[in-house]
Amino acid sequence: MRLPFLRGRREKGGVANFSMRGVKLEEERRRSVFTRRALLLGGLQLGAFGFLGWRLYRLQVEQGARFATLAEENRLSARLLSPPRGRVLDRNGRVVAGNRLNWRALLVAEQTADVNATLETFHRIVPLAEHERARIEREVRRRRRFVPVIVREFLTWEEMARIEVNAPDLPGILTDVGTTRIYPEGEHLAHIVGYVAPPSERDMDGDPLLQLPGIRVGRAGIERHHDQALRGRAGAVQLEVNAVGRVIRELDRREGVPGQDVEITIDTELQKTIRGKIEEGTSVVVMNARNGEVLAMASQPSFDPNIFNAGVSAAQWRQWTAGRSTPLINKTTNGLYAPGSTFKMVVALAALEARVTTPFERVVCPGHYDLGETRFHCWNRNGHGAVDMRTSLKVSCDVYYYEMAKRLGINRIAAMARRFGLGVDLDIELPGTRRGLVPTREWREAQGRPWALGDTIVHGIGQGFYQLTPLSLCVMTARLASGRAVQPHLTRAIGGRPVRGSRPEEWPSMGIPERDLRLIREAMWAVVNEGGGTAQASRLPGGFGMMAGKTGTTQVRRVSREQRERGFNVATLPREWRPHALFVGYAPHDNPLYAVSVVVEHGTSGSGAAAPLARDVLVDTFTRFRANPPGPRVADAARGG
Amino acid sequence: MISSSSLFERRLLARDRGAGVLRKLWSIPWLFVLLLCAIAGIGYVALTSAGSGNPDLYANRHALRFGFCLVLMLCVAFLDIRLIAALAPVGYLAGVGLLVLVALHGQVGGGAQRWINLGPFQLQPSELMKITLVLALAAWFHRASWERVGNPLFLVPPLLLVAVPVALIYKQPNLGTALITLALGGVVFWASGVRWWKFAGVIAGAVAAAPLVYANLRDYQRARITTFLDPESDPLGAGYNIIQSKIALGSGGIWGKGFLQGTQGHLNFLPEKETDFIFTLIAEEFGLVGAVGTLFLLLCVTAFCLMVALRCRHQFGRLLAIGLGANWFFYVFVNVAMVTGSIPVGGVPLPLISHGGSAMLTTMLGFGLLIAVWVQRDLEFGVARD
Repeated sequence: MRLPFLRGRREKGGVANFSMRGVKLEEERRRSVFTRRALLLGGLQLGAFGFLGWRLYRLQVEQGARFATLAEENRLSARLLSPPRGRVLDRNGRVVAGNRLNWRALLVAEQTADVNATLETFHRIVPLAEHERARIEREVRRRRRFVPVIVREFLTWEEMARIEVNAPDLPGILTDVGTTRIYPEGEHLAHIVGYVAPPSERDMDGDPLLQLPGIRVGRAGIERHHDQALRGRAGAVQLEVNAVGRVIRELDRREGVPGQDVEITIDTELQKTIRGKIEEGTSVVVMNARNGEVLAMASQPSFDPNIFNAGVSAAQWRQWTAGRSTPLINKTTNGLYAPGSTFKMVVALAALEARVTTPFERVVCPGHYDLGETRFHCWNRNGHGAVDMRTSLKVSCDVYYYEMAKRLGINRIAAMARRFGLGVDLDIELPGTRRGLVPTREWREAQGRPWALGDTIVHGIGQGFYQLTPLSLCVMTARLASGRAVQPHLTRAIGGRPVRGSRPEEWPSMGIPERDLRLIREAMWAVVNEGGGTAQASRLPGGFGMMAGKTGTTQVRRVSREQRERGFNVATLPREWRPHALFVGYAPHDNPLYAVSVVVEHGTSGSGAAAPLARDVLVDTFTRFRANPPGPRVADAARGG
Repeated sequence: MISSSSLFERRLLARDRGAGVLRKLWSIPWLFVLLLCAIAGIGYVALTSAGSGNPDLYANRHALRFGFCLVLMLCVAFLDIRLIAALAPVGYLAGVGLLVLVALHGQVGGGAQRWINLGPFQLQPSELMKITLVLALAAWFHRASWERVGNPLFLVPPLLLVAVPVALIYKQPNLGTALITLALGGVVFWASGVRWWKFAGVIAGAVAAAPLVYANLRDYQRARITTFLDPESDPLGAGYNIIQSKIALGSGGIWGKGFLQGTQGHLNFLPEKETDFIFTLIAEEFGLVGAVGTLFLLLCVTAFCLMVALRCRHQFGRLLAIGLGANWFFYVFVNVAMVTGSIPVGGVPLPLISHGGSAMLTTMLGFGLLIAVWVQRDLEFGVARD
């Protein structure tokens, strides 16, 4: 090869250009310039290739690990698996909130050539309403074509079979099974078990599980209180996805932790029996007097929690919330009533503890009580004569308690009331439970009003500002019966592990002398079982032992003097003006097992409406538990051993 | 000296006329043809992978197209170099004509009028233009003496030859190809002996005018430059391609993920993996080893072009070879630099490997010319004149 590396410079006006020699020189000159420049270009190109090689080395070797991680992040996608929600069982293991299989038909748009044709065929097999069609078409348009869209939920077995048989004519349709919450006892336990609903923004507590489509969270009752335990923990599945998010394959799967079953203290059969006996506006609470387990808790009217699952229609919601009847409200925990005469035991115990009286002191009841200009009437216009403490409870003499209240002052009454669980937080597992109100002098003054002595008198008989729930009255009764500060509770076990509080010894003593309590219990026995007692018509039938209790009748309107002089008769009043009827009691009186409280709105009289119902409830309770009295949960033995 | 020279010339003429075809067939650089086949083979493998292991999707059509282009290349290789030189103006006019045609009636592709539909073939006239421009410039300069090239007036017509197609391509708009065409013209100017200070002046002027040009760029062109400077500024938009390409390249490592195992490519994170980003796919699945090996084969083609240019005894052939080599080099460099995130993204394919007919057709046409130069490298043709 000839590579003449000449500088190729030539003097001007030299050799003739067309001479052979000139041509030769010219050619060599051109060639040498070209060669130099071409070699320079070649060098540049080689350098450029070297640069590319260096770039590749940088990317693939020096930063290779980092990019490998990024590539993995690209292709991997973790998806959460929703664990089955824990069930709620009653004390006998009966499922009161469970999961039902939910057969669904889904449509994957990309697997069919014509979405409308597929839906039309589907419509001939399982009819679709016009608004369903619109929803499906909307979702198909909005989502990526490989994302399944729900065509129909809650399919019956027969519908599923029809779809499966016609599968060849239904391209793009696939069926799967999810779960949905079901409440087999419907409205009977709705107030206790509560219900579930899709989570709202407020529910987002950082649990990734709540992001899952179709997830439900507890919205009321046990479902809400024990939501964390029932919910379980999300599992995860690691998927390989492509750039648009389609799942290519599953790489790893970690199952979640299923929600724990929660066992509650309610006896469903008892609950249903009681609910069958009561009318609208009535609430009944039955507790185990020894350990605070709530055995039944009935409030009429109620609602069907299953309706919440599919979504509540606006019309349904209006029906529930408008008007006088309030099915969504649990009256046993959220209904507020003046306790009336059922409160007198608290005043008596406060008087004994404060030593403002003795059990034997007699107060003369002329049928009224005068304080300055004001006259306070006893329910019995004729008066009870001289009554001691036992008699005052048995006949429910008001004048005796006017006097005791005057001696005690409101704050000592309130202090004793709170020790009995009145007007305090009871920590029951029902979110939204009302605390109620037990007034004190300070409470009134905080409102800018002075506390008058007349107010104290009225509060001696459980009237006035009191606002108490039927549940708290039942707690008061259980504490009277057991002498222990039992707390009402609904949970027996979570995930098979019993919760504390099922043994009576776990509850602290009330700190009230047994002598005083015996006197009160003796008087409450007399209310039911002695001649002249206000509830003597409501004795337990033979074979069920004896019940102790106290009646209460609370006015919902003030009775004017004119009415009183005209010889006013409550039976002639319109229903919503009639007094509420209350009864609290426990049985058997010598070995208390069950405490009960009954409130019958506008029931007119505690002895006439509430006491007989309480008697029937206790009979039902005894009948129900005769075979196996409600003791500590059986699993306790296993734990102890 | 004279007699031997004329004797040699006569011998050449005899070879030219007489034994012709067989001798030419013998002098064809078969090793180079084999090299091209090897590169196309890499393309076949990569396109099979781009089709998720299904060669029917891209690879088979690629092979078919390559076969056709190979025959075309050999046909061109048999043309007489003087005929080629004589037809250069015709080719140039045809190229410009096609550019005008595409500006008026072209298919709209990717927001720009770049394609012309020729039935089964989709032709991108700007690709063809690069070859015909090199041809025209080589023809213009092949008789020019050093003195003549030094005359500025002599440079005006070739400057116009470059300016017209560059302007037409820029108007499409296709800034990348316009710049490459401009650079290609520059290479031929440089090789033909245009004084270096003229280049220095033009480059200095270009640097001074750069801000003005930037202000007149289209939004998408400006976006390419900004995303090149900072790809993470728009990770899901214009920067997405660069980022995903770099991830794919980097994750390939030294040995690669293996044939059909590239996750970035097969899960579609890599955009346009069968065309512009085919090199990324090779680098992901075959690693640094595969990528550098491929680069080496591509470099060999450049080296062969340079060798042809240096061995050729006539200026026309030299300029043609250096121009065609530069054309090939620009394709390769711009594409690989683009997928490695070294220069702004522009739709430049990797010829013979990427799926797509236009670049392959013009590249193979160019190589046909190159072989024709090689075969007729010793021809006494077109001596310099003042």
